[in-house]
Amino acid sequence: MERVPILKLGDLLIVSIQVDLDDQTVLALKEDLAEVVVARGARGVIIDISAVEIVDSFTGRMLATIAEMCRMLDAHAVVVGMRPAVAITLVELGLSLGGVRTALNLEKGVALLDHVRGAVP
Amino acid sequence: MSSHADVERRLGELLRTHEEQVISRWTQSADAPRDELTELYRAILRAIEEGGRDLADLRGLLAELSRSRARAGYSPAETSKAVFGLKGALYEIVVAHADDEVLRGFIRFARLIDDLGLFTFEAYAEAREKIIMDQAEQLLELSTPVVKLWEGIVAVPLIGTLDSARTQVVMEKLLETLVETGAEHAVIDITGVPAVDTQVAQHLLKTVFAARLMGAECVISGIRPQIAHTIVTLGIEFGDIVTKSSLADALAHAFRRSGVQVSGGPATRVTVRAEQA
Repeated sequence: MERVPILKLGDLLIVSIQVDLDDQTVLALKEDLAEVVVARGARGVIIDISAVEIVDSFTGRMLATIAEMCRMLDAHAVVVGMRPAVAITLVELGLSLGGVRTALNLEKGVALLDHVRGAVP
Repeated sequence: MSSHADVERRLGELLRTHEEQVISRWTQSADAPRDELTELYRAILRAIEEGGRDLADLRGLLAELSRSRARAGYSPAETSKAVFGLKGALYEIVVAHADDEVLRGFIRFARLIDDLGLFTFEAYAEAREKIIMDQAEQLLELSTPVVKLWEGIVAVPLIGTLDSARTQVVMEKLLETLVETGAEHAVIDITGVPAVDTQVAQHLLKTVFAARLMGAECVISGIRPQIAHTIVTLGIEFGDIVTKSSLADALAHAFRRSGVQVSGGPATRVTVRAEQA
């Protein structure tokens, strides 16, 4: 099974998903991420899915779960770089990822986190 | 008892010997250029001599004839009638040389010509169908421009009736533009949409949600009073999606959200002057 690398940048964690997501990989990512967030005391998590071309309902739901989990651990999560086809698929599946923050690319994701943390110190 | 091959040979001979005469009569009755008919006649003759199995060449020729005559303004009925005219032209020759084999050959020949005549009709319908499909596609491409209003703000002015196919194109184009330009605000203007029903509203909502998933905010503008009335009557929930009555309001909203300052109130007329060198 492939593991998704979790990179640390200041008090942010950057998760760049470069592989095709299967259920096991996503579940492993969820567990790894929870541990790293706690261990490093991260305040923000950016999940970059710009290389992901295919999502299913499980992956979509897991993204929401991961974001929710990060919030519980006092870290803001942002999903960045979602491709149009992926966005359309998720909407057609009825998943609008209510509580998840999104940004067009990594740069805007970082800016969004700065903005959010500026507003809520 | 003679075989099929004999009948065909005999018919082929007859057609070859009287070629000039038949073509002249055919040209008179068919109202078509002589050289075109001669070419067609020879193709038919070849097909008969080869036993009528390989009709690909002949069909190509007929399709070409059908197209050129359609362009010249002939109706498909006239074109197929012109092809059927060959039967009448040959009939006189057959009567003059009437024997058993020739008559049987003529029946087979008539059947072949019937097929060919119907084929011209088919080719005509096919050509028409293709034109209609091309135009529909062009219309689809033409009708969905995504325009940039400001740095980071794009707009989609929708004009005409929205159906699933069109909304799909709009959705894809808008989302792709968001990726390309990195715009965080999009305005969907429905001033030109004559009616909004539950399906159209559903499509609009999907577009907005998809854009949100990618990290961009959509504003729907250009909602006319009747449309607002319809939407409320239908019980469609737009939820927390921002809607504005005019494109100007939507733009002002996007400006506020992206932190662009516009000096002067909405009543101020903005003038742009070229800087003096």
